[in-house]
Amino acid sequence: MYENLLMMFLAAGFIAAAALVVGALLGPKRTTDDLLEAYESGIPATGTARERFPVHFYLVAMLFIVFDIETAFFFPLAVRFGMAPQFLFVQAILFVAILGVAYVYVLRKGVLRWK
Amino acid sequence: MAESLLTVFLKALLLAVALLGAFAYMTLIERRILGRMQHRIGPNRTGPFGLLQPIADALKSIFKQDILPARADKFVFVLAPAISITFALAAFGAIPGGPAGSLFGFDPWVVDLDIGLLYVLAATSMGVYGIFLGGWAANSKYALLGSLRSAAQIISYELGLGLSVLTIIMIAGTLNLREIVEIGVWSVSPWLWPGLAVAFVTFVISGIAEVNRTPFDLPEAEQEIVAGYLTEYSSIKWALFQMAEYVNMFTAAAFMSTLFLGGYKGPGFMNALIPGSADWPIVWLVAKMAIFMFLFIWLRATLPRLRYDQLMRFGWIYLFEVALGAALLTGAVIAFVL
Repeated sequence: MYENLLMMFLAAGFIAAAALVVGALLGPKRTTDDLLEAYESGIPATGTARERFPVHFYLVAMLFIVFDIETAFFFPLAVRFGMAPQFLFVQAILFVAILGVAYVYVLRKGVLRWK
Repeated sequence: MAESLLTVFLKALLLAVALLGAFAYMTLIERRILGRMQHRIGPNRTGPFGLLQPIADALKSIFKQDILPARADKFVFVLAPAISITFALAAFGAIPGGPAGSLFGFDPWVVDLDIGLLYVLAATSMGVYGIFLGGWAANSKYALLGSLRSAAQIISYELGLGLSVLTIIMIAGTLNLREIVEIGVWSVSPWLWPGLAVAFVTFVISGIAEVNRTPFDLPEAEQEIVAGYLTEYSSIKWALFQMAEYVNMFTAAAFMSTLFLGGYKGPGFMNALIPGSADWPIVWLVAKMAIFMFLFIWLRATLPRLRYDQLMRFGWIYLFEVALGAALLTGAVIAFVL
């Protein structure tokens, strides 16, 4: 079953590699310093892009990990939900309630308030 | 029914080429429909109805100069579009196009996974690596901002996507896409319809956000950040990102059809009109995908782009809570009503 998946990735990777090779071979190769500069709306580029950026992105990434793992925990529960629906439903509610506390805290802290 | 690896590889290659051909003509269809919606005609000069336009576009992007910015991280810069397109194409492989052996004796899928649903979710979200690495490697401020936004957006709407499918999984009790189609989630009980309907809406909205389409196309908000992560890309690498975006749209459309609209199964009343026509493999999947593709284009012509803070609030507050609510509602119905 999984060897089929490998074949799919081989075929997709082949397409990607072929496109890159063909593009690299066929295009013109006239370069100037201006052409190779980062685009900053036409004016000469200042500095690099290796600078600090808003911490919000980091917070969103951390939150994503927390809540995506929550979702990941739900998947096995959902697949076997039919085995003991009432018991599992109460379990799910308890789980959501615990995470709900963290969720409300995060919202109150203003993590998602972008200025 | 086990097919040889060579057969599977050829099927995979055929699927990839078909998806790229569909991508080429989707761009034409999109431009024509958008043109009509905006009281224009759209491209119609290249061949009859503009049918040669995608070929002209492809040739042009191949013969354009491939610029490697001097300060870019060159290896990652080249790798990023390859990651995007590889995972976009591979994600589609698990979508079933019909029952086993229904395509001239072959199975109309490349791989039939027991965890097909998880696999498609995982493979499509790998696309964020292509976008983020591409924007970071370019070492350009606009590209960096675009890729940061894009990454934050995609992971945020991933939650809505994951929570929406919980409803389906609870009802179907399996992660195998073919079994989900065969069960037919709407036919289980009318009590489940409210949860399913809400989950469908949240799933479609998060799906559109996942593939960066209007009104969620913040990564390409040209008024603010030029072309986002695509700013420094040119020629075939730019085309590869475009391909990945459209192939992801196809996957999203096929995924929505498969989970919520019965996938490759046709509506039963079609058998009364043309006997046996409800069982044509692939035809129905493509027809349902076409509805979603048209919806994507229609939304692009209709809706303005969201502001970034609105986008994040919408994803984290409304979509997250509504999708979770739908899942819990479905759970309550299964536990206490059925």
